[in-house]
Amino acid sequence: MNLAAKDIRHNLGRFSLTAVGIGLLLMIVMGMGGIYRGLIEDATLLTDRIGADLWVVQRDTRGPFAEVSRVPANLLHRVAAVPGVAGAREFVYHTVQREHGGEPLRIAVLGLSWPADKGQWVPLLAGRPLAQNHFEMIADKTLGLRLGERVRLGKETYTVVGISTNMLSSSGDGIGLVTVADAQAIQFDVPGEAVRLEREARAARGQRSELGARQPALIEQAFQPAASISAIARPQISAVMVRVAPGARVEEVAATISAWGDVSVHTRQEQNALLLKGPVEKSRKQLGLFRFLLTVIATVIMALILYTLTLDKLHAIALLKLIGAPNRVILGMILQQALALGVLGYGIAYLLGQKVFPNFPRRVILTNDDLAQLALIVLGISILSSLLGIWRAMRVQPNEALS
Amino acid sequence: MTDAFAIQTEKLTKIYGSGNTEVVAMRDASITVRRGEVVALLGPSGAGKSTFLTSVGLITPLTSGRVAIGGKLILDGPYPRANLQAFRRKHIGYVFQKSNLIPFLTACENVQIALQLSGHGPRAARRRALSLLDYLGVAERERNLPSMLSGGQQQRVAVARALANQPSVLLADEPTAALDSHRGRQVMELFAKVAHEHGTGVIVVTHDHRALDVFDTIYEMEDGIIRRAPPSP
Ligand SMILES: Nc1ncnc2c1ncn2[C@@H]1O[C@H](COP(=O)(O)OP(=O)(O)O)[C@@H](O)[C@H]1O
Ligand SMILES: [Mg+2]
Repeated sequence: MNLAAKDIRHNLGRFSLTAVGIGLLLMIVMGMGGIYRGLIEDATLLTDRIGADLWVVQRDTRGPFAEVSRVPANLLHRVAAVPGVAGAREFVYHTVQREHGGEPLRIAVLGLSWPADKGQWVPLLAGRPLAQNHFEMIADKTLGLRLGERVRLGKETYTVVGISTNMLSSSGDGIGLVTVADAQAIQFDVPGEAVRLEREARAARGQRSELGARQPALIEQAFQPAASISAIARPQISAVMVRVAPGARVEEVAATISAWGDVSVHTRQEQNALLLKGPVEKSRKQLGLFRFLLTVIATVIMALILYTLTLDKLHAIALLKLIGAPNRVILGMILQQALALGVLGYGIAYLLGQKVFPNFPRRVILTNDDLAQLALIVLGISILSSLLGIWRAMRVQPNEALS
Repeated sequence: MTDAFAIQTEKLTKIYGSGNTEVVAMRDASITVRRGEVVALLGPSGAGKSTFLTSVGLITPLTSGRVAIGGKLILDGPYPRANLQAFRRKHIGYVFQKSNLIPFLTACENVQIALQLSGHGPRAARRRALSLLDYLGVAERERNLPSMLSGGQQQRVAVARALANQPSVLLADEPTAALDSHRGRQVMELFAKVAHEHGTGVIVVTHDHRALDVFDTIYEMEDGIIRRAPPSP
């Protein structure tokens, strides 16, 4: 006869409610672990997806993700000419927070090197890669934009032509992919009035200079758009991404480019390490701590629940001892109930999590390893927390049944 | 100590507490109960009857004195001479004032558990439990939890449980206190029947003087002292 099961049957409502409570608690523990995994995964997702072998960034910076990096646009051509480089792409990347349909819209804008890169490598849920050099965007599904929806960024309106999945910035913002030219237009968008004032200022500087006095035609030129003035540099880009040719050694190419005085080079692994040690380090530690604390709290709560469940049974336990039940029968009863609660709670946590986690604002990733680890922890918690009840039950004297 | 006796006690003394909170609940209580003998123990409240019964039942540790059951010395002062838990399970049946059934087990399971604890297989235990409930006239309530049974029914299930392992000793502490006199008498007669049919030594603590004719021997207890009652007229 299974005493644990009989007792549970008798107190079914209370036991189920307790299991649900523990399940909810474990779901949060599970979710916290999933968010932790998601954070790490998201942080390195972009660099892994982009698949660049080397990142050429501003000298001595840990850019372009961990900090700001600025390199001249023409670095692209210098890098492309290095032996062993199969391809070089500009990297333009920045986060904007604008208003769209009355709601704040946070987009990590990433530029694609049109026409070499139309975003064919992006995993699409719907739509297509970019088909023209301007005014098209592939939006991540977390941005909540629909196919064909129009988004105003800066002076232009962009049409969503593709919906991607799992394209997230290291801080979890959805990525919007446009061409490099568009990305720069969005990044360096300046209001008309500011442009006019800058041209005036340019002309004024010219008039004050000796060169301007000698060649008045130059001052005429100052009123023209910056792009048509050869003395003004193109907008800078964040970094240049390098794909190393098959057969060429990544270290050699990196060494060659590193020798230049104006840039630093990071491999993909270094880039990932920089991300994990940099921007997400604190969140990661925070989540890890939370996860640990929640596990401790779950242990304490489960111990309390099992202890009170045992207290309610003290009379029955004394009776069992009176009719000669050995201690192991009583120990078994308490332990089995603890394990039943643990297993049931874990099951509820898992099933509920499947429904709830997809609605979390950040990605929750449940790996099999993490799930197995939590299962072991729950097992440990169940045993540990039943000890208090067992300790109390062992001290029950059979004659307490008579009082 | 001979094994013709179901129970022999020798100068049982129990002192609760110590110093100036000391209570002598029982002093030099010596009785013998033959196999098949039904003994009543009378006495006012606080006389020490429960103390005596639970000492014989190996539940309350003695201050001094000796208890032998079935001719075997089990308690020598505070020292057990056997594994008390196992011995209780096998040789002693208890019935108490309140029915003391396990609340989460059905009538049948309450009897069954006592059998299974002493090594019966579940099927055999169930069969025997049902036949015991039948013997006590509560077979039709076998699936009910104790909370759904009347006081009398609970007490019969408790008796069934006490008898489950065919104990050599049956101890009952005011078993009929919660019953009307008719049902009370039925339970007393049942004890006599069990004693006579199975050779069980039975001690029943009772206040109910109307059913005393059922007993073979009557003891009285007062202020911790047990003495044999004079034969009633
Ligand atoms: N656990 C105990 N601790 C201290 N005193 C007790 C305890 N149990 C019983 N007593 C005392 O022992 C005496 C006998 O009690 P008890 O055996 O219960 O008497 P009865 O069953 O005849 O009413 C009483 O004075 C009671 O107060
Ligand atoms: Mg009493």
